[in-house]
Amino acid sequence: MRIAGKGLLDRSKPVAFRFDGVRYEGLEGDTLASALLANGVRLMGRSFKYHRPRGVLSAGSEEPNALVTIGRGADRIPNTRATVQEIFSGLDAVSQNRWPSLAVDLLGLNDLAAPFLGAGFYYKTFMWPAAFWEKLYEPAIRRAAGLGALSGQADGDVYDRAYAFCDLLVIGAGPAGLMAALVAGRAGADVILADEDARMGGRLLSETGAVGEEAGVSWAGEVLAELESLPNVRLMRRTTVVGPYDQGTFGALERLGHHLPHRGGGPLECFWRIVARRSILAAGALERPIAFRDNDRPGIMTAGAVRSYLNRWGVSPGRAVTVFGNNDDAHRTARDLVDAGVHVAGLIDSRHDAPQSDLFPVYRGAQVCGSAGRRGLENITIRSIAGEDRLQTDCLAVSGGWNPSLHLTCHMNTRPHWREDIAAFVPAPGAVPGLSAAGACNGTFSTAGCLREGAAAARAALEDLGRTAPPVVVPEAEDDPYRITPLWAVAGRGRAWLDFQNDVTVKDVKQAAAENFRSVEHMKRYTTQGMATDQGKSSNVAALAVLADVTGRSIPETGATGFRPPYSPVAIAALGAGGSGKGFAPERQTTSHAASLDRGAPMIEAGLWYRPSFFPAPGEKTWRQSCDREVRMVREAVGICDVSTLGKIDIQGPDAARLLDFVYTNGFGSLQVGRVRYGLMLREDGYVMDDGTTARLADQQYLMTTTTAAAGDVMRHLEFVTQGLHPDWDVRLISVTEQWAQFAVAGPWARALLNGLLDAPLADGDWPFMACGEVSVMGVAGRLFRISFSGEHAYELAVPARYGEALFRELVARAEGLGGGPYGMEALNVLRIEKGLITHAEIDGRTTAFDLGLGRMLSSKKDFIGKTLAQRPGLLAADRQRLVGLKPVGAVKLITAGAHLFAAEAEPLRANDQGWVSSTAFSPTLGHQIALGFLSRGPERLGEVVKMVDHLRGVETLCEVVAPVFFDPEGGRARG
Amino acid sequence: MRISCPLCGPRDRREFYYRGAAVALQRPAADAGEDAWQAYVFLRDNPAGVTRDLWYHAQGCGAWLVVTRDTASHEILATELAAEVAS
Ligand SMILES: [Zn+2]
Repeated sequence: MRIAGKGLLDRSKPVAFRFDGVRYEGLEGDTLASALLANGVRLMGRSFKYHRPRGVLSAGSEEPNALVTIGRGADRIPNTRATVQEIFSGLDAVSQNRWPSLAVDLLGLNDLAAPFLGAGFYYKTFMWPAAFWEKLYEPAIRRAAGLGALSGQADGDVYDRAYAFCDLLVIGAGPAGLMAALVAGRAGADVILADEDARMGGRLLSETGAVGEEAGVSWAGEVLAELESLPNVRLMRRTTVVGPYDQGTFGALERLGHHLPHRGGGPLECFWRIVARRSILAAGALERPIAFRDNDRPGIMTAGAVRSYLNRWGVSPGRAVTVFGNNDDAHRTARDLVDAGVHVAGLIDSRHDAPQSDLFPVYRGAQVCGSAGRRGLENITIRSIAGEDRLQTDCLAVSGGWNPSLHLTCHMNTRPHWREDIAAFVPAPGAVPGLSAAGACNGTFSTAGCLREGAAAARAALEDLGRTAPPVVVPEAEDDPYRITPLWAVAGRGRAWLDFQNDVTVKDVKQAAAENFRSVEHMKRYTTQGMATDQGKSSNVAALAVLADVTGRSIPETGATGFRPPYSPVAIAALGAGGSGKGFAPERQTTSHAASLDRGAPMIEAGLWYRPSFFPAPGEKTWRQSCDREVRMVREAVGICDVSTLGKIDIQGPDAARLLDFVYTNGFGSLQVGRVRYGLMLREDGYVMDDGTTARLADQQYLMTTTTAAAGDVMRHLEFVTQGLHPDWDVRLISVTEQWAQFAVAGPWARALLNGLLDAPLADGDWPFMACGEVSVMGVAGRLFRISFSGEHAYELAVPARYGEALFRELVARAEGLGGGPYGMEALNVLRIEKGLITHAEIDGRTTAFDLGLGRMLSSKKDFIGKTLAQRPGLLAADRQRLVGLKPVGAVKLITAGAHLFAAEAEPLRANDQGWVSSTAFSPTLGHQIALGFLSRGPERLGEVVKMVDHLRGVETLCEVVAPVFFDPEGGRARG
Repeated sequence: MRISCPLCGPRDRREFYYRGAAVALQRPAADAGEDAWQAYVFLRDNPAGVTRDLWYHAQGCGAWLVVTRDTASHEILATELAAEVAS
């Protein structure tokens, strides 16, 4: 219920929302949890395993119980914490993990089966018969024991990612974080202050104490106003820093749209990578419950959460509240409630020396040992020396002490330290390089202490950053000592809950210890303690303490479980922002792209490039018709093909030839200016890396071409050789792939076409096969290479890229005038297979020059990359699978790429495998299927019939082994 | 992880291509023998501690770097240009 005069919300701003279909009203600034409590709704969820009715335990992101699904349809978001979800007009929240409804959950039958579902039940039950596990047990358990479900439809929400850089990242905007940001901000440092909450201020929003002369919340408001005004400070609200990474990098999730009724196309969440030179963790502390029988009933929550609901949201979670604690801080809750006019039925303090009060009854040296009520708390049982007593109450505020929020300091594999005086773990110093902890997350719980530590941490960071700290006065504030006597679990029968989200009880931990799972890591896995989505934020330390107790060890001796990133769950969609679908993948288009699309050419991806597959002519219905026509066109007239995607590397300098000689297997020293040579590159392990042609354009200038696929690899390789192996060589490289548009002009009429186009016709005898030089193309300076990837008389004509499109259109028009036209990747592939020319289908990283029939290209006169290891006996063995041609000779005429080769009479088993097919095509020139493949001792077996078997497609074809060059083996057409 | 390129300054590791141990800079002579070549191409240490490896600033200046780092703490101890280490 809402308490008059309490809270920070504006009572004049009502917001209507729905929970499980029922309409409620809350206030602007409410969370779903505070609004439901204001409406008297305590039951908000069902537990994971036993389907026990549950209400809120906390008022923050550590909430284990109140998980709901927000929205409906494709965009619904399961497992949202009601304590974090801000309400907005039209919010539609639904409870989960129950059937048919939250109030009547038939799956609650699991609770009756509890004796069989204790620690290790996953490992003990359902073990036999083995086949039943996958088909029966696991699906049944998963159905009953689950959290919310995704819609199963594509997520229509938008997610984003962003990067930020700063001098100082301050994580948490409570008193310590605000003070740190203020000091560093005034010093002029670039500061990012991030807080997971919608409103900054941390515990100051939930407490009534003063800071300086004013209320803490007013002080926070003034500091925030000043920080907002500083251009060097960035405030990031609703932003959870989820993990630290190397060299000062942090991951952070900003929730941009969860609180908005309409996002207008904006992102739901943004995942930030923040790089900070220094960082301060000011994440505060989380209160821990005390385990006692049936301590999971709706209405039982942490004492600090009750203060938050009262002081921040103006809500009392009950009409007759009781408080149970083992420390002085719990008394604040009772005092604040009384101040607000809420009835406090009693404060039960386990300490015999607990402070007394005249505002409410204090039960010193007493413990709460049980609770009762239907779907919510109605009374508790108190045990003291005097015996047991019942107390009517609808809300029990529990405080077992506070655990510093040191999670981020564990993420890089450092374990925290135990501090006996506060009965809690604190961060190990230096756990994250560049990060220091300040305030409650460092074990300093008083407001004054937090302010002091925040300021000190900022001053230390400024000193590291080489900046002068400004004079800043740390205001006065509450500086009470933190007095606590540990109490983890109240002894007694029944089930006392530790991990609410995974339904782990004190008994489960004891059973684990009894079965010798005494290591904390074993206990954790055996009981699933701390392994739910909240990572045991409110239960790990208590579970550890129980384990320590039953195994007769101290807590530090027992150990500490670490935490892993993310601090709180992050949707995969946020981490993968920009990566769904095409994402940010660039598209590389050639200059002829639009002209090719104009002709209806379907595009095919080649790495990031898009290249035309074929150019359909009127009346053609299949790609094969177009491809066959284009092949005949090149063989009989002239074809135009954009080959700009091949890598082009300009190599210049006195030592350019030395470099080429070193990276190619064959000699380049003798290459004359105006000539092109085919070269083969190996990796240092002796296998083939790439092939291509290199032209000598001038005395000290070469132009290397690489395959489209390996362009980047070759560039990197050349850079490695020149920087890492021969920095003494005077040679420079640059990629010019995108600077030049290059077109193949191939076919018997290629020369006639060029003579009509070039400003000076090609003189007879000046342009033999493998010649190159400068030409003028309608006044544009270009380069011409007489090279052929089709086996025809062919040229490649290059012009600066800005002339590419115009030249392509001109070439195609002229080719058509000669009975030719453009050709695409399909025809290009057929033409090269007919000629036995290799691509990366053959250079697949496992083949050697010997395998490819190029062994003679390995020079014996010089050293080159890969030379030594290429001579290994295994790489030269006669029975290696080596390049051959294949053609069908039986009834079946189909040869498929990827099929395997066997001796004609052999069983097609792996043991009999003799090779495989790398490339296939229908040859319109020869009128049948042809293929390239690798066959053991292949070149020795020409004329033999082998069996091709494609196990995947169910094809079996008898093939004759032939030489890999099917067409014009003498090469007369290309040279003529 | 961030690497300080001597030419470009501190950059995210996504800008870099990783090659492996800096041993690759010590290429043996062609006639150095099987053992030397086997060690050069295939044998690598796998230290829990300080290691030196080669990174290529692919999305930056194109420099090959020798990065000295600790595989246990992920601390980067030094970054040098491979061209300077090799010469
Ligand atoms: Zn660089």
